Amino acid sequence: MSSSATFRIWRGDAKGGEFRDYQAEISEGMVVLDAVHQIQARQANDLAVRWNCKAGKCGSCSAEINGFPRLMCMTRLTDLPLSEVVTIQPLHTFPLLKDLVTDVSWNFRVKKTVKRFTPRPADAADGSWRMAQADVERIQEFRKCIECFLCQDVCHVLRNHRLMDQFAGPRNFVNVANLEMHPLDTQNRLPDLKDRHGIGYCNITKCCTRVCPEEIKITDNAIIPLKERVVDEHYDPVTMVLGKIFSGFRGKATTAAKR
Amino acid sequence: MAEYDEHQHDVLVIGAGGAGLRAAVEAAAAGVSVGIVCKSLLGKAHTVMAEGGVAAAIGNVDERDNWQVHFADTMRGGAYVNNWRMAELHAKEAPARVKELEAWGAVFDRTPDGRILQRNFGGHRYPRLAHVGDRTGLEMIRTLQDRVIYDKVDVFMEFTVVDLLRDGDRVVGALGYDRERGAFHLFKCKALVLATGGIGRVYKVTSNSWESTADGIGLAYRAGAELIDMEFVQFHPTGMVWPPSVAGILVTEGVRGEGGVLRNKLGKRFMFDDIPPLYRNQTADNEEEGWRYTQGDKNARRPPELLTRDHVARCIVREIREGRGSPHGGVFLDIAWIKERIPNAAEHIKRKLPSMYHQFKKLADLDITKEPMEVGPTTHYAMGGVRVDADTQMSTVRGLFAAGESAAGLHGANRLGGNSLSDLLVFGQRAGEHAAKFAKQNPAGRIDPQQVEDITRRALAPFEHASGGTGESPYAVQRELQESMQELVGIVRTEDEMHQALEKIRKLKERAQRVEVDGNRMYNPGWHTAIDLRNLLVTAEAICRCALERKESRGAHFRVDYPERDERFGKVNMVTRPGRDGSAEVRMEPIREMPAELRQIIEAMK
Ligand SMILES: Cc1cc2nc3c(=O)[nH]c(=O)nc-3n(C[C@H](O)[C@H](O)[C@H](O)COP(=O)(O)OP(=O)(O)OC[C@H]3O[C@@H](n4cnc5c(N)ncnc54)[C@H](O)[C@@H]3O)c2cc1C
Ligand code: SF4
Ligand code: SF4
Ligand code: FES
Repeated sequence: MSSSATFRIWRGDAKGGEFRDYQAEISEGMVVLDAVHQIQARQANDLAVRWNCKAGKCGSCSAEINGFPRLMCMTRLTDLPLSEVVTIQPLHTFPLLKDLVTDVSWNFRVKKTVKRFTPRPADAADGSWRMAQADVERIQEFRKCIECFLCQDVCHVLRNHRLMDQFAGPRNFVNVANLEMHPLDTQNRLPDLKDRHGIGYCNITKCCTRVCPEEIKITDNAIIPLKERVVDEHYDPVTMVLGKIFSGFRGKATTAAKR
Repeated sequence: MAEYDEHQHDVLVIGAGGAGLRAAVEAAAAGVSVGIVCKSLLGKAHTVMAEGGVAAAIGNVDERDNWQVHFADTMRGGAYVNNWRMAELHAKEAPARVKELEAWGAVFDRTPDGRILQRNFGGHRYPRLAHVGDRTGLEMIRTLQDRVIYDKVDVFMEFTVVDLLRDGDRVVGALGYDRERGAFHLFKCKALVLATGGIGRVYKVTSNSWESTADGIGLAYRAGAELIDMEFVQFHPTGMVWPPSVAGILVTEGVRGEGGVLRNKLGKRFMFDDIPPLYRNQTADNEEEGWRYTQGDKNARRPPELLTRDHVARCIVREIREGRGSPHGGVFLDIAWIKERIPNAAEHIKRKLPSMYHQFKKLADLDITKEPMEVGPTTHYAMGGVRVDADTQMSTVRGLFAAGESAAGLHGANRLGGNSLSDLLVFGQRAGEHAAKFAKQNPAGRIDPQQVEDITRRALAPFEHASGGTGESPYAVQRELQESMQELVGIVRTEDEMHQALEKIRKLKERAQRVEVDGNRMYNPGWHTAIDLRNLLVTAEAICRCALERKESRGAHFRVDYPERDERFGKVNMVTRPGRDGSAEVRMEPIREMPAELRQIIEAMK
């Protein structure tokens, strides 16, 4: 079965550009990234596209396909209506470098502003810890994140309101949740979450969850529990008083101490 | 004179996979200034794809495990041409390196009493692989990445190093370009660590990402460093074969570790047909015992599906060649069958092998809990690479260190699964430590402007040749090389075919001189491919020449014209260096005598 389809790909850089149409030959099992590569090899050697693993594991090949943020390497052509033109454009939220490649370095810079992992002293003489599988499963979900930044791309606080300097975005909340719920961690990131990382701007639209290729329940499992903690910490007088009395005691050593 | 930006560090690390990141962490801890350069974004390096786990004799699941057993397993897997000192250090230090990751935030799967869980893997006598489902590489790279960003390390993402700079007998810097602008950068350093990963892209069918263009091999070779063991290329027995666009993508050995079995089109478990004598004592001779092994029965022997990769790959090739393959030219790998044995099998499979479930569902539209997969061999790992000193990881050129897949020695003729991630940690740490030490003990060297000029001129040549699309295409040269290597220097090799391959490489080398690219230097993949060609070609040539010299079959290297092991070759390594006439020169070098106590360990475990 050999047929062809039309791909409308954004070509250009920060200064400007245009959509250009390319025909690609379609064979069984192809994904969007294959079509882009074929076009690159045969018609446009200088077409810029970011990719690495081609197996949905590295989160490099994010783009907007027919207007929807997806991984190009995991989007099968059979899942698209090929009788119509397939539109491929770069992530909208980040500055364009060239063609399908954007500058996502902001995400890395924000990550650095999150307080680092700080474990409690080791449980055993050999320097190791004991953790129950049930206790680690919760954060293993967050640790599946491949940093594709599709959730960042789709979140209106960044995409439309452009609050990059006040709001860390869903990917970073997933990371903070990972650290805050880590059974060994002793750090407190709640004040930062409220002030520096602007979790209050999130109004729980769940758009981020819908695009996550790793199917992380970003809103329900990361953001909402973090919001609850922030609220508890800052508006609940009881917690505030206890927080002061036990301020050196914030360790999340046991499951019971975690809310 | 080409323009460039300048950067200066005590230690420059090239590569941000597991090995490079671990080296950077260590060097930074030693208090020197560190730069790290990588072709992709941080956290995307090939290490992210590793699935099955990291091998370390922690003994959490089976207390009989210890470094001696791990050492003996590694040497047996490598068919005894490994650098025994590296195998010793690796086995001894891997447990500490793995546990240390936990102190940095990694979260491995747990045993019932809350310790790091370990799983079975081919060639390892006891359950030894610490893992996180089937995304261990992601866990490792993210943990290291999230540590490095807080250290004083300058990260240069989406930069490619084109060549190294020398001052006399020493490496003192590197020249590269950034992808965004295509601008040149001069990195000055006192010590340099190569951690550039694999060579998969020398072949057509590979599990490796685009980054694996053997850059470290090319860089080291052109800087005058020796390579070793280049003939040993591992073909993983189970890559996807269908649909064609995903051919080569890995199907983790974890599938077989969890009870998956290989069958031909007649439904026969053909792996029982050919169990090598060396492994007969440790291998189950019936299906029942094999199944019990995968379910953790310590008294059972492992099923033949978990024999070493080279052997399993050849058995699969045999089935396919003799007409017993699957419809798309592979064989069947079946995990769905375990529903005959355990309740809730589908859930169990999804929990143990989530990425595999996902991968087949998404890419092949196949539910592995219901149907068998189709699999075939794929180019996976280079045992060969830059020759290094076991303790310091320094190459034969002063100030030039190498670690991880780009270095060589630990794995001998064949690598055991899981031994690479541990290799990255153990020798990444050592390379970082010794590079920092070297940087402290040596003053900055002199950068030779002529070298810089030559490198930039060569790099820009493809633009000079631009003729508007009528000349040589870098993609065409790359593809032809990959096809030749696949066909002529693959799993099964003969003298005649390898000579054909060398002739082909010679011609391709000439054509590579003339490739042209269009457009400008900004984010131009055609240009990048043109630059990569040199590394691919020199690596292909080294593989060929070493494989020709090794007139026997050993580990991953199989010759139809010399199908048996020959003990004379069991005492030597193949060493490659640039010859006078511009082609690679290979010599045989005797392996250093193993100390008696290590020999005894091996004897005792035979
Ligand atoms: C699918 C798959 C699964 C695997 N599973 C396992 C497993 O379960 N257990 C196991 O032990 N091993 C496994 N392996 C093998 C293991 O993952 C690799 O051998 C290992 O990750 C290599 O790590 P590295 O640090 O040496 O290099 P890589 O992770 O490949 O990193 C190389 C780095 O060097 C950079 N680089 C390369 N060239 C240049 C240049 N010219 N300039 C600048 N930067 C450069 C790249 O950008 C990259 O950052 C697997 C491999 C594959 C393909
Ligand atoms: S749920 Fe919150 S973080 Fe997610 S997209 Fe909506 S506003 Fe953004
Ligand atoms: S949370 Fe999901 S969508 Fe967001 S970066 Fe991670 S993997 Fe991508
Ligand atoms: S290329 Fe890695 S996720 Fe698509």
